[in-house]
Amino acid sequence: MAETMQFDLVSPERRLASFKVAEVQLPGAEGDMTVMPDHAPVITTLRPGVVRMTGPEGTQRYAVTGGFAEITGTSVSVLAERAMLAEPGNREAIEKHLEEAREQARTAAGEHKDMAEVLVADLAQLLHDMV
Amino acid sequence: MPSLKDLKNRIQSVKNTRKITKAMQMVAAAKLRRAQDSAEAARPYAERMNAVVGGLAASFGGSDNAPRLLAGTGQDKVHLLVVMTSERGLCGGFNSSIARLARQHAQKLLAQGKTVKIITVGKKGREQLKRDLSSHFIAHVDLGDVKRIGYVDAQKIARDVLARFDAGEFDVATLFFNRFQSVIAQIPTAQQIIPAHFEAGEPSTTLYDYEPSEEAVLADLLPRGVTTQIFTALLENGASEQGARMSAMDNATRNAGDMIDKLTIVYNRSRQASITKELIEIISGAEAL
Repeated sequence: MAETMQFDLVSPERRLASFKVAEVQLPGAEGDMTVMPDHAPVITTLRPGVVRMTGPEGTQRYAVTGGFAEITGTSVSVLAERAMLAEPGNREAIEKHLEEAREQARTAAGEHKDMAEVLVADLAQLLHDMV
Repeated sequence: MPSLKDLKNRIQSVKNTRKITKAMQMVAAAKLRRAQDSAEAARPYAERMNAVVGGLAASFGGSDNAPRLLAGTGQDKVHLLVVMTSERGLCGGFNSSIARLARQHAQKLLAQGKTVKIITVGKKGREQLKRDLSSHFIAHVDLGDVKRIGYVDAQKIARDVLARFDAGEFDVATLFFNRFQSVIAQIPTAQQIIPAHFEAGEPSTTLYDYEPSEEAVLADLLPRGVTTQIFTALLENGASEQGARMSAMDNATRNAGDMIDKLTIVYNRSRQASITKELIEIISGAEAL
């Protein structure tokens, strides 16, 4: 069994991360999932949350704002509209993002409002986790 | 016959113009490199997105439960044209070629008795289309303050377009932009984005599981796919604009050089003529004594 797989994190503007990992945790639409090498091929949508990779070089966490993940046995590609490395230096950016989500939750209506409210809750949790 | 002083002033002013166009050319070259870099950096996302959505869309093609964004409204009455041009001029035929293509398209649709609605992105195209199509304008996106095109700009446009589609304001949406081929060649392109159309890549051999479900994934990804197409178009357009400006300014610099050469010859000739004239006057004056 392969011990590592290729992990790519891509945003529309550029490729953010690309390296070998042993394990990836994804905030799947149906609940969090952990992907390890030789996982069955899956395409899943992501809700905003934290992507966590564990590889030979340690653990990294990214805050992503939704998107989707393409999983094959040998690689994981996460396509996120925005992704921020969860580290103290990005705290401000994530907080700003939370503000935007709150604003949207206030102004949007119907289905969009519900979605925005879920996003606010998730992001608040994310910031809380970072401490 | 202009005096020597006039000629000298003229040469100086053309030289100043040449300096400016030369500087603009170099600025455009630097910006072009940056624009190409961001287009390059955006490629992995767009390719993956198109492959996944294209694969999904192909498997849904023609089926009844395909999302409206993919299947269309079933009508072909109201067309939305999204015309992307630049915010600044001095870039050769860049804006005219997009405007021409959009105008032709609009006139063809109008002749067929269809309704045309236009969203303009960038002020130059709006100015050019204003003359005969201003009654069809429904919105304008100003990118004048945007230094570097980001995904948020594409999202803003996409959100507007998708909201209008959901509200039933149009049946078919087409993007007009310049596809970047090289510095001297930009191809005005019309691309249909709604009903969503993805270039069919190679059919994927892997059988994927879909979470939550194939329909849900497709419904979630289609708007993102449309946004990505708009973003790609914006980037292509940005690179094309700088390429067009660069070659236009290169031309202008060369023309200014030619003009300086011509004026210098005229200047030297008339200087020589005036010296000869003076000599003749002195000599004939001396002979008369």
